[in-house]
Amino acid sequence: MALLELKQLHKRFGGLHAVNDVSFQVEPGQIKAVIGPNGAGKTTLFNMISGTFPATSGNVLFQGRELQGKKPFQVASLGMARTYQNIKMFSGMTALENVMVGRHVQSQAGFLASMFRMPWTWKEERDIRDKSMELLTLLEIEEHAHTDAASLAFGQQRAVELARALALEPSLLLLDEPAAGLNIYETAEVGRLITKIRDLGITVLLVEHDMSLVMDISDEIVVLCFGEKIAEDVPTAIQQDPEVIKIYLGEE
Amino acid sequence: MTLELSIQYLMAGITYGSIYAIVAIGFNIIYNTTGIINFAQGEFVMFGGMIAITLLNFMPLPLAIFLAVVITMFIGALIEICFIRWLKSPSVLRMIIITIGISILSREVAVHIWGESIRSLPYFVGNEITSIPILGARISPQVMWVVLVSALMVVCLGLFFKTTSVGREMRACASNRKAATLCGINTRNMVTLSFVLSAGIGALAGCIMSPITYSQYDMGTGLAIKGFTVAILGGLGSSGGAVVAGLLLGVIEAFSVSVVPLAFQDAISIAILLGILFIRPQGLFGSKEAAGLKEY
Repeated sequence: MALLELKQLHKRFGGLHAVNDVSFQVEPGQIKAVIGPNGAGKTTLFNMISGTFPATSGNVLFQGRELQGKKPFQVASLGMARTYQNIKMFSGMTALENVMVGRHVQSQAGFLASMFRMPWTWKEERDIRDKSMELLTLLEIEEHAHTDAASLAFGQQRAVELARALALEPSLLLLDEPAAGLNIYETAEVGRLITKIRDLGITVLLVEHDMSLVMDISDEIVVLCFGEKIAEDVPTAIQQDPEVIKIYLGEE
Repeated sequence: MTLELSIQYLMAGITYGSIYAIVAIGFNIIYNTTGIINFAQGEFVMFGGMIAITLLNFMPLPLAIFLAVVITMFIGALIEICFIRWLKSPSVLRMIIITIGISILSREVAVHIWGESIRSLPYFVGNEITSIPILGARISPQVMWVVLVSALMVVCLGLFFKTTSVGREMRACASNRKAATLCGINTRNMVTLSFVLSAGIGALAGCIMSPITYSQYDMGTGLAIKGFTVAILGGLGSSGGAVVAGLLLGVIEAFSVSVVPLAFQDAISIAILLGILFIRPQGLFGSKEAAGLKEY
């Protein structure tokens, strides 16, 4: 069974068909990329999947469960984590604390228990801290764990954001332009981290402009143009696809 | 001014200062999660004191205070659920006007239940004339209660926000609501929780101060103005700032009595508020960038 299945997804903003009849599946364990020119509807698609706004029609099935009508925080606790194009850090909190907030879904301690610092919350608190530290180590930023997240370099903030998303223990990770605003070196780094995440068994669906990154790391690519899906294949085939070449380079 | 008199003023200043600080922290907790100033914060303090006084007829003092705090927390939750929660993307101004309405409503409810009479809880230890001599000054034990309980509340709140998972989630909501949603946090529940927390600490403050300052149905307005001054002075949203600013304002007010007539005490605190708004609008300890990030 596919991990994520989009069935004839439509989104209209007034008369504009931002996403028009898009269907595809994401298989477990793969990195799938959605590409397309500006205004192709990539971010709209993401927003519908993660519950930011509802689709006009169509279905989103995650592990066989309908996601339409669920709120973003509910989608997140079902095991689908997402990042935004512009980094959303909790400023005023350290990198480690940022990641620890992500562990919230796994936390069992209720309000009263944690208010009164019951003994069983101490152990949980320590577990959360250890696990979060592990994630920072995995993403190779453990040395900045105790730095205010907002004062880290852009690339490092990306890594913290990835760690925070992983803290939810998601089965699917949605990345909205993970390389946006990064230089070539940092982009390659992020690409390496994404494959590392995939190798942990976490499925990744990403939207990206940076072709070198997409071609490098994706197992499959979906191409959107003016809200419609025009191609879906492996990277080598997409590079040869005349339709895709046409929209990216123009006709001869 | 003799040393004894100075100490007497200082202790009075610290007592009132701690109360202002607690009210200001109540403002800050709600401001941080919602971006609104809850002008009904003073009413939480009033409810705490009044409910405890009523409950005292049926049970011992510690239990009455505990129950009064719990009941006020429920009132806080109820207010948020009835008046704030169902609003869809409300503007900050609209929510602030709603809290002013809630404040007036609470006062009317209180005057119907308790009337206009001035009441008070008994002194926790001893009575009106018990006093502890400190360097020649005579300090009421209730002053110690106020200072110690306030200090304890500030420390516990600090620990709660710093080391517990719920506390971190509340800070996360305050810092970036969208990102908090991404982490699977129901931000609406966090807003309710911030009202519960503010109501709770307000009510406790209302109980410990009642023997000294007395409780009346309309005490909330004055406290809200002082608490608001302190919250602005310390930098909106900063709890540490609120403590320093609260003590500062309390002490300045207390010493001002030796220079100007008592009636001018409020004028002095308002003058300080205006001065701060002109010179450092972000407050003594607030940062300009943080203020710029807020919604208005």
